[in-house]
Amino acid sequence: MPSINVNGEKRDYSGDSAMPLLWFLRDELNLTGTKYGCGAGVCGACTVHVDGVAVRSCQTTAAEVTGKSVTTIEGLDAGGEHAVQKAWRELSVPQCGFCQAGQIMQAAALLTKNKAPTDDQIVEEMSGNICRCGCYQRIHDAVRLAAGGV
Amino acid sequence: MLQYFETEARTARQVEVQSSIENVSRRSVLGGALAASSFVVALRIAPANAREALTPYPTGAAGMPHTVVADPNVFIAIAPDGVVTIVTHRAEMGTGIRTSLPMVIADEMEADWSRVRIVQAEGDEPKYGNQDTDGSRSMRHFIQPMRQCGAAMRHMLENAAAVTWGVDPALCRAKNHQVLLLDGAKKPSGKSLSFGELAKAAMAQPVPPQGKLLYKTPSEFTLIGKDTTKIADLRDITTGKAVYGADIRLPGMKFAVMARPPVVGGKVKTHDAAKTLKVPGVEAVHELEGVHKVPRGFSILGGVAVVANSTYAAIAGRDALDIEWENGPNASYESVAFDKEMTATAAQPGKVIRNQGDPDAAFAKAKQVFSADYHAQHIVPAAMEPLVAVARVADGKADIWAPVQSPYGARKDLAEALKIPIENVTVHVTLLGGGFGRKSKWDFMVEAALISQKLGGTPVLLQWTREDDIRHAFYHTVSVERIEVAIDEKDKVTGWRHRTVAPSIISTFKEDTGYSFPIEYGMGFVNTPFDIANVRCENGKAMAHTRIGWYRAVSTIPHVFAVQSAVCEVADQLGRDPKEFLLELIGSDRKLDPKALGFPEDFWNFGDPYEAFPIDTARLKNVIRIAADKAGWGRKLPTRHGLGIAAHCAWSSYVATVVHVEVGSDGKISVPEVTTAIDCGLYVNPERIRSQMEGAAVMGMSNTVYSGITFKDGAVEQSNYTDFTVARMSNYPKKVTTHIVDAPPGTHAGGVGEPAVAPFSGALCNAIYAATKKRLRSLPTGDIVT
Repeated sequence: MPSINVNGEKRDYSGDSAMPLLWFLRDELNLTGTKYGCGAGVCGACTVHVDGVAVRSCQTTAAEVTGKSVTTIEGLDAGGEHAVQKAWRELSVPQCGFCQAGQIMQAAALLTKNKAPTDDQIVEEMSGNICRCGCYQRIHDAVRLAAGGV
Repeated sequence: MLQYFETEARTARQVEVQSSIENVSRRSVLGGALAASSFVVALRIAPANAREALTPYPTGAAGMPHTVVADPNVFIAIAPDGVVTIVTHRAEMGTGIRTSLPMVIADEMEADWSRVRIVQAEGDEPKYGNQDTDGSRSMRHFIQPMRQCGAAMRHMLENAAAVTWGVDPALCRAKNHQVLLLDGAKKPSGKSLSFGELAKAAMAQPVPPQGKLLYKTPSEFTLIGKDTTKIADLRDITTGKAVYGADIRLPGMKFAVMARPPVVGGKVKTHDAAKTLKVPGVEAVHELEGVHKVPRGFSILGGVAVVANSTYAAIAGRDALDIEWENGPNASYESVAFDKEMTATAAQPGKVIRNQGDPDAAFAKAKQVFSADYHAQHIVPAAMEPLVAVARVADGKADIWAPVQSPYGARKDLAEALKIPIENVTVHVTLLGGGFGRKSKWDFMVEAALISQKLGGTPVLLQWTREDDIRHAFYHTVSVERIEVAIDEKDKVTGWRHRTVAPSIISTFKEDTGYSFPIEYGMGFVNTPFDIANVRCENGKAMAHTRIGWYRAVSTIPHVFAVQSAVCEVADQLGRDPKEFLLELIGSDRKLDPKALGFPEDFWNFGDPYEAFPIDTARLKNVIRIAADKAGWGRKLPTRHGLGIAAHCAWSSYVATVVHVEVGSDGKISVPEVTTAIDCGLYVNPERIRSQMEGAAVMGMSNTVYSGITFKDGAVEQSNYTDFTVARMSNYPKKVTTHIVDAPPGTHAGGVGEPAVAPFSGALCNAIYAATKKRLRSLPTGDIVT
């Protein structure tokens, strides 16, 4: 049976190979931290890491990640103390909070590949993630803060 | 029973406030970035007595269903381990209210915030008071009852300690989660009892009546007005544990989506589910009959529901449905033609809603007349969390979990739709992933409940896809606003005519006459606070061809856009500075007299009684001056940069916004800076007020530049964030600086969630004009100025 490593655990996958990872995570594994926002890869609410890289789980099929490592917001840090999570709390970034798991996963992946992003690089990396409440100013500040160490 | 109070220490005057304001740079963890953009314009308040009696003041809560409840035994429970549980009955959709109202209780009762646990109330207005979390009124309506609950519980704790010690309650003083025994000199004796030790006895104390309560003075507040309290759900949100509508999981739960008629009023003519039933994971298909009684209220549109073992399978099953729709009478709705029709209507006299003086004579005698039309498209709230509800309807009982702004209204309609008594319906309120008005309308919850009922009681999660959310909303209205201004030979404005033409929200609730209703008129149309001798406000007829609903800031968006653009345009025509001209039009410091100004008899003052919440021009001018000053109004800017200003009084708060725009050589609009000043009276959580101001600027940017919904053949043309575009990090207002203006002590709490949205549109378009001499009068403008 094909399997996916999700947050360090091997999870067997037997369903439709075309099923987006988003729905496998949410509906089958009950990992509900990853959110459905658009289903079209244009809002970023469903962002997770596949082998450390940020991907839209609504546009990634379960088959595509077979044998790979998927990290969701629940698995980003066992204690919820990743530098990005701490920065988010320090600056009270969220309003409604719905998009924030995706924002945090996007920001964490950015800081993995680029420890000291410029403002332009932050904007470029984060522009795929919509926040309808309009927390962008604090998101931007929090990415900067996380990069500098919280 | 309504509980009102009003501070008796209401002495400071507006002029004194203005002369004693100072900027206080707030502590910031960044030490740089945020500190530079966060100021509170603070007022030095002289120390006062630590406790004071307060006289209730009336609020709009009196006009809401089930008004308010101020019973500490409903909202507060103290456990023997000292944990204080506070019930929050308003919905959390990002404003911070789930934190801010409990802060009020905790502060007033002297609870230690770190030992407070917050519990979300189910939909039960007879028990908690009104739960319609909209209209920027949670704090306006509930700061008094919540203070009353907290003060009463503090007295109950002190009385319980007095009984324990056998002393006069006046010698018992609650402080930071314990009650201290005072000595004869009213100094702490060293003896104390913790809230936990007193829990049982305190909870058994009789509740003292409002008239016997003493309240904390503002100088004694530990949480209210302070910047130190983080929102309650912050850790859960950042770790993925926060529970929104779609995160509810019940044993045996199925997943469903629905296909709905593309045109409002449309019906399923025929449908064939054969292919759908072959999709792996699909378990059932049910037709739901729409409720087509007009007015529609929040009734369901009807359609075909596909039930499956995953959301994915349900969506795939829906894609495979063959449905033929019958579109009905709204199939001719077409946005371009409708805009032309509204423009023609706006050019003709309409129904007179406000008349003051003799506008016809003023226009006849005018040396110059300014006239312009301002257009705005429909908008859909498009919160990040698409509509969703989980329902289990079994054995004559219904449990519904949903991100809903109005849980009790929903409960009533659910009982009716399910044909079971309301006592058997429980509405559980999850966190809302944004609301903006759409989640006040509970059609999605009724759909979910009916599907569960059809499944014989199987729990079901009904997910609206983003496309459903965009195409089946209650839409912010489309509009044409015509402003005409008469100017005499001395360049003085002598006449003002404003015609509004827009399908009305009231069409959702009453037979559509094509005219608006007092709530819309009161949103910056009839109450424009200008000192002009001759004013006429007219309403032209426009019928609704879709479901019209309220979207954050509602009719202030088109009204304030038109009014504040027109002021700037006239200033330019007269060679005047827009800010100075705006202040001059507002005129002297005064509280507007609605009768003398010809306001309609049924003038709607954001629901608040006018005497307690008058329109005060001094407060409006104050925020204009502060915003302009802080933004560096009048400074020299590089070419193709400009500043624009707009201001209004709304939801009993005063907001002025200065937008700094840069228009690139390619015409691209970007906003490096927004400066907003807000006077919202007594305020609780400044950190959340700033977040609302920042968010309002982003939503203002979306409303002004990007977001529009259009109809063709009666159906919405847009489908997702691909074509219903919103501001992203690539183009958001880069730095929003908020100045919270301290109002005189005793000024009642005003609204915060909505008032800052509308001024952004006028301020941005005025800034674009300052930068380019191009006047944009149609929203959305697009992000390129050509």
